[in-house]
Amino acid sequence: MVVRTAMAEAAGLDRGVPGATAPVVTGIGVAAPNGLGTGPWWRATLAGERAIAPITRFNADSYPARMAGEVRDFDPSEHLPSRLIPQTDHMTRLALAASAEAFADAGVDTSALPEYAAGVVTSASAGGFEFGQRELQALWSKGSRHVSAYQSFAWFYAVNTGQISIRHGLRGPSGVLVTGEAGGLDAVAQARRRLRGDAELMLTGGVDGSLCPWGWTALLSSGRLSTSDDPEHAYLPFSADARGHVVGEGGALLVLEAPESARARGARAYGALSGYAATFDPAPGAGGEPGLRYAIEQALDEADVTPDQVGVVFADACGVPDDDRAEADAISGVFGSRGVPVTAPKTLTGRLCAGGASLDLAAALLSVHEGVLPPTADVGRQAEGICLDLVTGTPRYGRVDVALVLARGQGGFNAAAVVRAADL
Amino acid sequence: MNRRVVITGIGVVAPGGRNTKEFWDSLTAGRTATRAVSLFDATPFRSRIAAECDFDPATEGLPEHQAQKMDRATQLAVVAARQALADSGFVHPPRRPHRTGVTIGTAVGATMSLDTEYSVVSDRGARWLVDHEHATPNLYDHLVPSSFAARIAWEVGAQGPVSVVSTGCTSGLDAVGHAVELIREGAADSMVAGATDAPISPITLACFDAIRATSPRNDDPEHASRPFDRTRNGFVLGEGSAVFVLEEMELARRRDAHVYAEITGFASRSNAYHMTGLRTDGSEMAEAIRAALDRARLDRTDVDYVNAHGSGTKQNDRHETAAFKRALGEHSYRVPISSIKSMIGHSLGAIGSLEIAASALAIENGVVPPTANLHEPDPECDLDYTPITARETRVDTVLTVGSGFGGFQSAMLLSKPKRG
Repeated sequence: MVVRTAMAEAAGLDRGVPGATAPVVTGIGVAAPNGLGTGPWWRATLAGERAIAPITRFNADSYPARMAGEVRDFDPSEHLPSRLIPQTDHMTRLALAASAEAFADAGVDTSALPEYAAGVVTSASAGGFEFGQRELQALWSKGSRHVSAYQSFAWFYAVNTGQISIRHGLRGPSGVLVTGEAGGLDAVAQARRRLRGDAELMLTGGVDGSLCPWGWTALLSSGRLSTSDDPEHAYLPFSADARGHVVGEGGALLVLEAPESARARGARAYGALSGYAATFDPAPGAGGEPGLRYAIEQALDEADVTPDQVGVVFADACGVPDDDRAEADAISGVFGSRGVPVTAPKTLTGRLCAGGASLDLAAALLSVHEGVLPPTADVGRQAEGICLDLVTGTPRYGRVDVALVLARGQGGFNAAAVVRAADL
Repeated sequence: MNRRVVITGIGVVAPGGRNTKEFWDSLTAGRTATRAVSLFDATPFRSRIAAECDFDPATEGLPEHQAQKMDRATQLAVVAARQALADSGFVHPPRRPHRTGVTIGTAVGATMSLDTEYSVVSDRGARWLVDHEHATPNLYDHLVPSSFAARIAWEVGAQGPVSVVSTGCTSGLDAVGHAVELIREGAADSMVAGATDAPISPITLACFDAIRATSPRNDDPEHASRPFDRTRNGFVLGEGSAVFVLEEMELARRRDAHVYAEITGFASRSNAYHMTGLRTDGSEMAEAIRAALDRARLDRTDVDYVNAHGSGTKQNDRHETAAFKRALGEHSYRVPISSIKSMIGHSLGAIGSLEIAASALAIENGVVPPTANLHEPDPECDLDYTPITARETRVDTVLTVGSGFGGFQSAMLLSKPKRG
C-alpha cells in the first residue's frame, strides 16, 4: 500500500471521510444511439432497446462490416446556431447538444460564474473524421484551393473542447486527452484534477464518432469489427460466440463540481467520483500481467472502498475473445467468480470510441442515484473460462452504493473509475 | 509532502538540429532552418515554405521494418524519447513500471500518413466510398494518435498512466504540464513526456493557405519567419519533437541524476472567444501567466527570460505583447524575450516542448537564444525581443508560453535547480 500512501499524501486528500472531498456530478447530457437526451436514453437502456443496425450514413455494402450504432433523428438546427453548422463535424454538433443539456440539467448559468472558474476537458479518439474526409476529397479531387478554411480546426482532436468553451464562455483551465476508448474516463479524471487546483466547475466527458467511409476503413484496419449482419448477434462480449465489436457514435458530458460549491447553490448530485486510476499494459511480447486489475485495485483503494461494497461493474466489454477473457480475469481476480454483478449496456449502442466510457459513467451515476442496474443485451452462453454474473434481460432493482466503471483503449490503455452515492 | 518535478533528460529532433546539442548550437548561433518545402511538390500552394527536419529513420536507429509502421511524427518522437532516456541515465524498463508513465502532445497526429493514405484509398479523390482493400494495415494507428503514446510507452517499459494530450498548438506545453501534475499528485514518480508533430503535408498547407495564416515569402524562405518584425506576414510551418524524462526531485537526487531545471509552475486558460482568433488584450494568456507564477510561488520580477509563442502572425505577436505587459507589468520592458520560431518555424503541437527544451537549456547555459530576422520592430511590439544575437546572462527562471487554435493559452515556469 505504498502507492496509496504516496498518492494520498501527495494529493492532500482527506482520507478519513470517504467521499468528503470527492467531486460530484450535478448535470448529465447524453447523445446516444438509443436515445438523444438523458431521459430518452436512460429509459431505452433500462428497457433494453438495441440501436445496433445497418449503417445508413453511407453505403456500407462494399465493406466487410456493416453494422453500427448511429444517433438517429438528430437535427443540428434544433441545437446549434446556423453559423456553427458549416464549421462543425457531426460529432461536434452532438457534443454541443450534450453540453447544453448537461448545463441545463445542472441548473448552472455559466455566464454568472466567476471569470476563470469553469473549464472543459473532453476526450477524442480520432477527431472530426467525416469533415476531414470531405476536405481530403476536395484536396485530392479538385485541388488545394478547394479546401475549407474550417479544416484548420473542425477535424482536429481539440475541436469539441474549443467549441464548447466558446459556446458556454468557459475561460478556465481546459484540456483534451486521447487514449482511445479509455478517454471517456481519463478526461473526467483530468477535470477532477482541475477542481483540485483553481477551477470550481468543469464540463467533461467524451462525445465521439467517425462514421464515414474513410473513418470506417480505418476502423476496419483495427481487425476488431464484427462482420456479422445480424444486429442481435453482431456484438456479443464475453460470449462463446464473441466475434468482435460494433462501433457507434455519441457519448456523454458531465458537469463536475466540488461538493461545497454544489451544496452552496443547492444543486442535486447524482453521485461522487471518488476513485480513479489509469495503467498501461506491458509491451506486446514483454510478458507480465495486463494492467486492468491493478487499475481496479488502485481506484478502489483511492475511493476507500473494499470489493464487497461494490454493487455493479460496468465492463469495457470489447467483444474480442482474448480481451474479454483478460477483462473477466481482472474482474474475477478482484471480486471472485460471479462475485459482483457485471453489466455492459454498450451491447445496446455499440462502442462509442472515446464517448463510450463517459456514457457508462453516466449510467453508473444513475444506477447509484436510482438503485437500478441496467441490463446487458443477451449474449448467450459465456465463453469457456469466463464466469461473470452478467445482468441480462431486465434491470435489477435495489440499493447500489458503489459502482465501478472500466474502460480500455486499443494499444494497452486501462482506466477504472469509482462512483458512489453522494449526500450533499 | 510537497513533491517537486525536475527535468533529468532531454531529447530533441528539430529543424536544423538532429539532437539536443545541434539544436542548441543552431539556436544560439541564430541560424534559421526555414526553406522551400522539399517533402512534396508544393507548387500549387500560396505558402511553399517550411522548417523541415533533416531526418533519416535508418541512421537514427529505426530500421525500415520498424519505421514503415510509424507515421513520421511517431518516428521523430521515438528517436527523441530514446535520446532523452540515454541522456538522463533513467533505467528502463523501470523497476516499478506502474510508477512510470508517458504523455505525448500532438496537434494533428498522423496527418501526413492520413493525407497520403487517403490519396491511395480514394484513388486520388475519385471515390467517396474509399477502398478498404488498398489501405495500409497500420491505418488504425494513424486514425488514433493515442498510438503515439503507446509506442513510447513500449520503448520505456512504462505501465503507469499513459496518454496523448491534444490541445492544438499548446499540446507540447500541456502534455508536459499534465505529466508534472501526475508526479505532483503521486500518480507516478517519473514520466517520459514531450510532444511531436510532422504536419508538412498538402492538407495542412491547404488549410493554412485558406486562412492566410502562413507566410507567402516564398522568394526568401530563410528569412520568412519574422516574429515581432513590422514586415512579418504569417508563420512558417515546422516539424519536430522534444521529449523529456521528468522525475520526482528526491528520487532524481537519490540516483545522482543531472538536473537541468525544475518545472515550478504551470497553468492554462481558454479565451472562449474564437476557434482561431485572439482577443487583442491578451487577458487569458496574462491570467495563465499569473496563475503559473502563483503556483510556482514566484514574483513576476523573478522571471529572467520569456520564451515567447512569437508565431509571426500579425495578430499573435500583438496579442502576446499585450499579455506580457498585463501579466509582468513594468518588468515586461526589462526582461529579455525571444521566439525560436524565427529559426525552427511553428511545429504546431510539438513546438511547446521544443520551447521547453530551449528554456531548460537557457538555464543550463546562461544564454538567451535570439529572435532571428527581427530588423524592423513593429511599433506595437515594443518590448526587448533579443533581436538577431544570443545574449549571455544569468538565467534562473524562464517563463514559456503558448497559444493555440481552440482558444488555449498556457504558461509554464522553469527554475534553476536548487538544493533543499
